[in-house]
Amino acid sequence: MTEKKQPMMFKLMAKRHIAAVFSAVLIITSLGSLFTQGLNLGIDFTGGTLVEVGFSESVELEKVRATLQGTDFNEATVQYFGSAKDVLIRVAPKEGKNSAAISTELLRLLNEIGQKPELRRQEFVGPQVGEELTEEGGLAMLAALAMIMFYVAVRFQLRFSAGAIAALAHDVIIVTGFFSLTQMNFDLTVLAAILAVIGYSLNDTIVVFDRIRENFRRMRKEEPLEVIDISLNQTLSRTFITSLTTLLVLFALFFVGGEIIHSFSAALLVGVIIGTYSSIYIASPVTLALGVSKQDLMPVEKEGSDLPDRP
Amino acid sequence: MNRYSLWKYILILFVVIFGGIYALPNIYGKDPSLQVSASRTAEISELTEILVSSALEEAGMQAKAIDINSESLVVRFDNEDIQLKAQDVIKVALGTNYVVALNLAPATPDWLRSLGAEPMFLGLDLRGGVHFLMEVDMVAAVRKAEDRYVSDLRTMLRENKVRYKTIGRQGSGGVLIRFRDEQQKIDGINLIEKDYSELDISDGDSDSGEAQVVVKIVESSIIETQRLALQQNITTLRKRVNELGVAEPVIQQQGLNRVVVQLPGVQDTARAKEILGATATLEFRMADEEHSVQDALDGRIPAGSKLFYGRDGQPVLLEKQVMLTGDYIIDAASGIDQASGSPNVSITLDGKGAKIFSNRTRDEIGKLMGVVFIENKTETVEVDGEFVKKKRVVEEVINTAVIRDQLGKRFQITGLNSTQEARNLALLLRAGALAAPIEIIEERTVGPSLGQDNIDKGFNSVIIGFSLVLIFMLFYYKVFGIAANIALTLNLVLIIALLSLLQATLTLPGIAGIVLTVGMAVDANVLIFQRIREEIKNGNSPQASIHSGYEKAFSTIADANITTLIAALVLFSFGTGPIKGFAVTLSLGIISSMFTAIIVTRGIVNLIYGGKKLQKLHI
Repeated sequence: MTEKKQPMMFKLMAKRHIAAVFSAVLIITSLGSLFTQGLNLGIDFTGGTLVEVGFSESVELEKVRATLQGTDFNEATVQYFGSAKDVLIRVAPKEGKNSAAISTELLRLLNEIGQKPELRRQEFVGPQVGEELTEEGGLAMLAALAMIMFYVAVRFQLRFSAGAIAALAHDVIIVTGFFSLTQMNFDLTVLAAILAVIGYSLNDTIVVFDRIRENFRRMRKEEPLEVIDISLNQTLSRTFITSLTTLLVLFALFFVGGEIIHSFSAALLVGVIIGTYSSIYIASPVTLALGVSKQDLMPVEKEGSDLPDRP
Repeated sequence: MNRYSLWKYILILFVVIFGGIYALPNIYGKDPSLQVSASRTAEISELTEILVSSALEEAGMQAKAIDINSESLVVRFDNEDIQLKAQDVIKVALGTNYVVALNLAPATPDWLRSLGAEPMFLGLDLRGGVHFLMEVDMVAAVRKAEDRYVSDLRTMLRENKVRYKTIGRQGSGGVLIRFRDEQQKIDGINLIEKDYSELDISDGDSDSGEAQVVVKIVESSIIETQRLALQQNITTLRKRVNELGVAEPVIQQQGLNRVVVQLPGVQDTARAKEILGATATLEFRMADEEHSVQDALDGRIPAGSKLFYGRDGQPVLLEKQVMLTGDYIIDAASGIDQASGSPNVSITLDGKGAKIFSNRTRDEIGKLMGVVFIENKTETVEVDGEFVKKKRVVEEVINTAVIRDQLGKRFQITGLNSTQEARNLALLLRAGALAAPIEIIEERTVGPSLGQDNIDKGFNSVIIGFSLVLIFMLFYYKVFGIAANIALTLNLVLIIALLSLLQATLTLPGIAGIVLTVGMAVDANVLIFQRIREEIKNGNSPQASIHSGYEKAFSTIADANITTLIAALVLFSFGTGPIKGFAVTLSLGIISSMFTAIIVTRGIVNLIYGGKKLQKLHI
């Protein structure tokens, strides 16, 4: 059996400094936007009332706004939802008014536009619930990160843990930053999507780490940098194919799934792309920078040592 | 090489059959139907069935089927038009003792149902309806308990001739008793300690120079009180929902002080809220006939009395002490008073309540008694950017009447304005008093047209995303792609079967979870197939490549899936509602995809290639 060369070998790690600059720019932009303009939080977090109304024909938003002008709702946010026939109206929490009263009142006002609008959806979230959700959401994120860090540290090594967590933090910041920059509605489903992105990006990172561990144990002569480069190349096609199939499905969700999960699928689309990138250019370089070495991964009990794959 | 033992194929076959059977009911859809249940004294029997079918026949309507079980009668129809018309017909035929609710009954064939196969439950975002999240005011529950102690202690001290100046609930919590002197205080403490182990007695303000004590309910008893209050509220809400006539309502405790109420199909939120949120109760108090109402109006209210107003705005002076609260009411029915012809409500008390009431009314014959209707309304308002809960208690004397006889288990209340009001009061009383005020803190309504839209869109995106992945896999991996596609299809069937078996609620984020799982489930196969390709490139024989490809990819797949599963479990434990649904489908998807991607594809690959001499693999 002769040693076969990899047909193609990208020097991925050689560009890690450029990637680091690229990531830094993305993160700084994201954080900058988050601090200056923040997120367009949905009523899940802010509390308030949301009413979705369906008209039989398209309406102009200006007309709707004009109708609400001078009423109790002149500060309401009015926007299209999916089509020009669907209008979404958001009202901040109001003193002494319950949501049923608000939606009845809104429908009565909108009737004046002419076409008979139909109440499609109405949501009310009390301010105390919103506060709790924000807290719980953050807590869920931290708990997930902590448990993942622990698992990776046990299965691999602490340096890998740090690399994985760095990649995840990178992804979360950039996806949230994307929502801040585009001012897309950030609701509960987006939070779920970000947690799913954590799962996905981690999945990718673990696959790469698994290869690195395997190669460290097999290749005695190569430097850590080379080992990582080889491992990345070996898993590269898998990384791309899986991302591609996931993206195919996500595009279907984004374009066909309807307006309600639009934010959700957008978050996943951005997250999968960023997550794929970070598993190559954040997780591994961080692990390398922390000085991972063969000794860290010397097997307690060597797997696959009986396989005849060494010349 | 690469042969599977027979038992593995049998296992796969078993899983395929299992998945097929339990996923199948979802294909049959649902029939518009009416669910008839007995509300109180009535029961569902053969007779009910005969009544319903003859009423429908008379009206010239055709029911698809009538199913009967001990709790309810389900009448199925071909379409919604007949369903709506039939509701009125059946309501008239059966009278007020039955609840006739609109429902969608699964059209699952009998043989499937006998295996326990039922379709998935559709979430409110898919079928339309109302979702409420309610918070029980625990502080008020404790306050209410303290009020009860004030009343009990007062009676006890009086009966034992222990002299006190005042007794009442403190603003800061606890009950303050001011005794005449130190001796009375010691006697009082002894009495309380003997009978009330759940009360903690401490000295009051020593600077006052008075003999006073503060009585507090001990912590464990407070927790118990709150637990009971929540339990009672849930029971009460359940009864009220039943009165509303909703099929398949969900009423669940969430956390320590919250209750989720979901009413599928209900569109009239205003009425639902009115019934659910009202915390009405009755109190019976003796009228203070010794003092003048005019004096009280001028600000000189006698110590043992309290000023109330009637419905007509007339002031009424009643004693502070409550003879009986609404907690003991077990039934209430509206009707017409034979003598006066005015609307009334007949009330039935439970045994304990009847005993208390008859004891207390025995000595009061010929005296005037007032019935106070109390309604709690809570709302959260914004004051200077802070959210403050405001409570409004509406107390009205609905009637005062001379006690003619010792009152016992059954008696009547008159003095109501209309029959409608009598009916409402009876309904509220029947449904029981809420132990503590409830506030709606979250509400979501989804119209039926939006629900159908969501189903269509969710379904379409699953089909399109799924097809795209299948096509890609076929082109990229050829024969192995076919194996992966079969596994992927089985995976989808299995997820649906598991969700149906768990009777999980399918929501739109849940559909998104299924779609995402489809995308990610391919990953395991991609890992295996890429590994096989690598092995071939390394010059290994086809059979050895298949073997080591599966072998080597396994630990990677396990690691990757376990970490994702951790994320899903965290989502499940922290999330609520829609996020939970997403986490459930994601977790089930991960588990079933491990099985299908590793064991099933290997089975297919072994079946095709196993034990043969191969020159080349189509991968």
